[in-house]
Amino acid sequence: MRYLPHTKEDIELMLEKTGVPSLKSLFDCIPDKLKTKDELKLPKPLTEWELDEHMDDLTSSINASKKCKYFIGGGSYDHFRPASVNYLISRSEFATAYTPYQPEVSQGTLQGIYEFQTMITELTGMDVATASHYDGGTALAETLLIALNKKKLQKIAVSSLIHPHHREILKTYLYPTGYEIIEIPYNKDGLTDFEQVKNMGDIAGIAVQSPNFFGNIEDLKLARKTCDSKNALFISSFTEGLSLGLLKSPGEFGADLVAGEGQSFGLSKSFGGAGLGLIAGTKKLMRNLPGRLIGKTLDSNGKQGYVLTLATREQHIRREKASSNICSNNGLNAMTAAMYLASVGKTGIREIAQLNHDKAFFLKQELEKVGFKIPFNSEFFNEFVAIAPEGFEAKRKRLEKDKGFYAGIELDKYYPELKNHYLFCATETIKKQDVENLIQEVK
Amino acid sequence: MKEINQLELPEDLKYTKSHEWVKKNEGDTVKIGLSDYAQDQLGEIVFVEVPEVGGTFSKGDEFANVESVKAVSEIYLPVSGEIIAVNEELEDAPELVNESCYDKGWIAEVKLSDPSELDSLLDKGAYLVTLKG
Amino acid sequence: MNSQIGTSGLIFNEPQLWDKSIPGRCGISIPSNDVAKIELSKELTRENVEFPELSEPDVVRHYTRLSQWNFGVDSGMYPLGSCTMKYNPKTNEVQASKQEIAGAHPLIGDDNSQGALKLMYDLQVMLAEITGMHATTVQPAAGAHGELAGMLIIHKYHEKKGRQRSKIIIPDTAHGTNPASATLCGYESIKVSSDENGVLTPEAVAELMDEDTAGIMITNPNTLGLFEKHIKEIADLVHAKGGLVYGDGANMNAIMGYVKPGEIGIDVLHLNLHKTFATPHGGGGPGSGPVVVTKELEPFLPVPIIAKNNDKYVIIEDMPDSIGRMHTFYGHFNVLVKAYSYILSMGAEGLKNVSEYAVLNANYIKESLKGVLNLPYDRPCMHECVFNDKKQAQFHITTMDMAKRLLDLGFHPPTVYFPLVVEGAFMVEPTETESKQTIDEFINAVKTITQEAKENPEILHSAPNITKVTRLDEVQAARKPCLRG
Repeated sequence: MRYLPHTKEDIELMLEKTGVPSLKSLFDCIPDKLKTKDELKLPKPLTEWELDEHMDDLTSSINASKKCKYFIGGGSYDHFRPASVNYLISRSEFATAYTPYQPEVSQGTLQGIYEFQTMITELTGMDVATASHYDGGTALAETLLIALNKKKLQKIAVSSLIHPHHREILKTYLYPTGYEIIEIPYNKDGLTDFEQVKNMGDIAGIAVQSPNFFGNIEDLKLARKTCDSKNALFISSFTEGLSLGLLKSPGEFGADLVAGEGQSFGLSKSFGGAGLGLIAGTKKLMRNLPGRLIGKTLDSNGKQGYVLTLATREQHIRREKASSNICSNNGLNAMTAAMYLASVGKTGIREIAQLNHDKAFFLKQELEKVGFKIPFNSEFFNEFVAIAPEGFEAKRKRLEKDKGFYAGIELDKYYPELKNHYLFCATETIKKQDVENLIQEVK
Repeated sequence: MKEINQLELPEDLKYTKSHEWVKKNEGDTVKIGLSDYAQDQLGEIVFVEVPEVGGTFSKGDEFANVESVKAVSEIYLPVSGEIIAVNEELEDAPELVNESCYDKGWIAEVKLSDPSELDSLLDKGAYLVTLKG
Repeated sequence: MNSQIGTSGLIFNEPQLWDKSIPGRCGISIPSNDVAKIELSKELTRENVEFPELSEPDVVRHYTRLSQWNFGVDSGMYPLGSCTMKYNPKTNEVQASKQEIAGAHPLIGDDNSQGALKLMYDLQVMLAEITGMHATTVQPAAGAHGELAGMLIIHKYHEKKGRQRSKIIIPDTAHGTNPASATLCGYESIKVSSDENGVLTPEAVAELMDEDTAGIMITNPNTLGLFEKHIKEIADLVHAKGGLVYGDGANMNAIMGYVKPGEIGIDVLHLNLHKTFATPHGGGGPGSGPVVVTKELEPFLPVPIIAKNNDKYVIIEDMPDSIGRMHTFYGHFNVLVKAYSYILSMGAEGLKNVSEYAVLNANYIKESLKGVLNLPYDRPCMHECVFNDKKQAQFHITTMDMAKRLLDLGFHPPTVYFPLVVEGAFMVEPTETESKQTIDEFINAVKTITQEAKENPEILHSAPNITKVTRLDEVQAARKPCLRG
């Protein structure tokens, strides 16, 4: 096997040094009765070339070729990814390093993630951002735990327009410790109905996603006001990070904690993972944040450098008292995001964000022309809900299969009251012609 | 680290086995901090988590934390009572606990709920015995 | 060849991104706009995002320089104990970046994603076979996330049995994630000490195990690199009191083909694909932490789960007793692809060889270095061995000094100061992909250092001496945190 360097001679010499007669006897410290009797039943090993062939076969039944057009988002977005980013992130000095425990030989990771933290604080308008989390949903769960611990309360309010999968994760995380999640209904505009929070009693926080799952931009000013009236922490989340290139940041509205998904920043969709969890907070909550933080300092010669810092929050030191159990995060994806954000820069992020809105608006207009109705009268970023005319579902299925067009996500799966409602998306990868081709088919 | 005979242990303070010191003030209030031994063992302190003013605790409760780069240590309240003041300077200068553990590095001021508890604390001699133990 | 592989060469200083920014530059090709521009309301939109402005070459040079300050497995031996820094095969990266894998949207439905589902399903089956367990979820995003899933499963199991329990037993050698995961499930961690041989005894566990204890979390081989030989007796007595046995499979790489956790009393186990199954660590993730369980625990697995119905692969979301969802979609799919490719490349015999050579390498190092470093547990080890700095104390040299000096000599240091039960621990895990020649170089480097400790301790105190930066002021970093530029 080409990954294993041991020759017969090597093995003999090494066994001799260890004083053990055979490879098998290295396992003599394991009682015989605990050893498995049979060989593992696994497919016969493939050569590199056979593996290529096997994977070609396997992936031929995934309908995700380059010709596919994604008019769907729902937490995973089709964006252009510069070749330079892909190229850089493949450098094995980044990919094959561990968590930067030895800062003297990890300054690349450390400075890169420090710059990432800086760009995320800028984008979210917050004081502190962590070195990343698994994904948007798990990041959100962690921020809820912070609020509940901080406020020492049992209840927390969550908008019903937070991504349904994220809300499921919240339930999983909070269930065993007995915390109660109260869902805030949405109103006729497809926005969180903050009026409903009034009667909820004492809550540790309010979590709101903007743009919300319907794509609509929430009134975060009202969210902050509602939190103040309840003395609750304001948790703002997002699944489409690119929206922050155009929209006011959660920090501007006074968010205490921000959780989000950073897949849009140069990461492939990859069937939903690995993405990039983002967590940011105010300075006041810095010591309550979970996971790694990189800080700037000086070396013994007075030269600037970076280290992992504030580690006393973490499980390897605080063990059962740690605020979170997270160990490894999604570091390489944070680095990818930093590379992407550095590439798009100040002007690029705004222009691309604007393009997303323009394309989605165009798609909405064209769908309306062929009989789709728009149920919510709110401003949106790159996703919106449309009610389909009769016969659309069959066409939608056919379009997926024949053309690789993914036209809308059925909403009634998540919101049973929304029959025939679809969540559409258009990003900068959608051309006018693509929309016209779609319209031609669904007409 | 310091040898025991290098430790500074003022005569007028009371001590605990868990290395806090207690200084009796006017009325029924005391100041509390970490002993020279404790600060020396902990090494360079990077953060002190102080309790909120107004909180009440019983003797032996964990009421504050000190952190070095790679460790967190609890601080236990030597006497029962209400926290009436905390050393806010520690927020920006936790190193005061290292540099001046009996003066500028004090941690909290407590209004005693049971002044007789002071009698159960160790004097310098008894504390030294526990350190040598 | 030179006896010392570490040397200094030309590397570059590189400022932070925004110090290179020049207004007017942009490093991405902006797609042309073919539709009308639509302005959002003013009250919703922000001022500019203050990001740096850089050209593509600026960005490429920046990150290329940064990468040159890093040490990866591809740069040199990285014997970080407990972390399993083995070679990450390149073909796995190629497979994970195939168009259909990288391009697949997670909500395209079963019909459009058969290949992806088949891959996950087959991986579930293969991981169950390797561990001797019944069912698998590949959803957890990392080892600690798998631990949480596993503990949630135990929590749900007791709830279903009708009575929740309040405690969990955790050995003193455990990773910090174990107690932290237990806390998230509301369990109090009860510490059990290993004996003078570095392993758990049934007696010690029996003393703590009662009917208010949910079970025990055991890492086997443990973090001292020793096999917990009483595992079956311990599992039996935990089961007898109605508890479950959680296996931390972080060290599964030592026993593949030799021991199946499912056959020795483990009820639920997580695996670290980024350790045992050769997916890259990425400077701290993304990892992947599949969880395998017994038949009895299968109903509690997180949803969605990938199943096979006749010849079709399906995503199952409706499992009434499931602990619920752990990840927004199906887990770290592109990491799963790499582990899948790895297992297919290795086969049964190959995986067994992996464990054999990993154990051989560790024992070879243990025997070669035990004369110069103190070895607190002098017993045959599995895939890693733990030394400490006791022999160097007389020269006022610590584990940290030796670790930093190793950097000068061209090796990444072992894990230091863990496990906590060994004071000044120096924990070496070579992995199977290091050759005898490289390991001999490492052994020589450590011997050189122990010699220097006697003759020239100053060079250890000042080490590392030829790295980009020298030892950093971690105290100042923590006292006055500066976390953004």
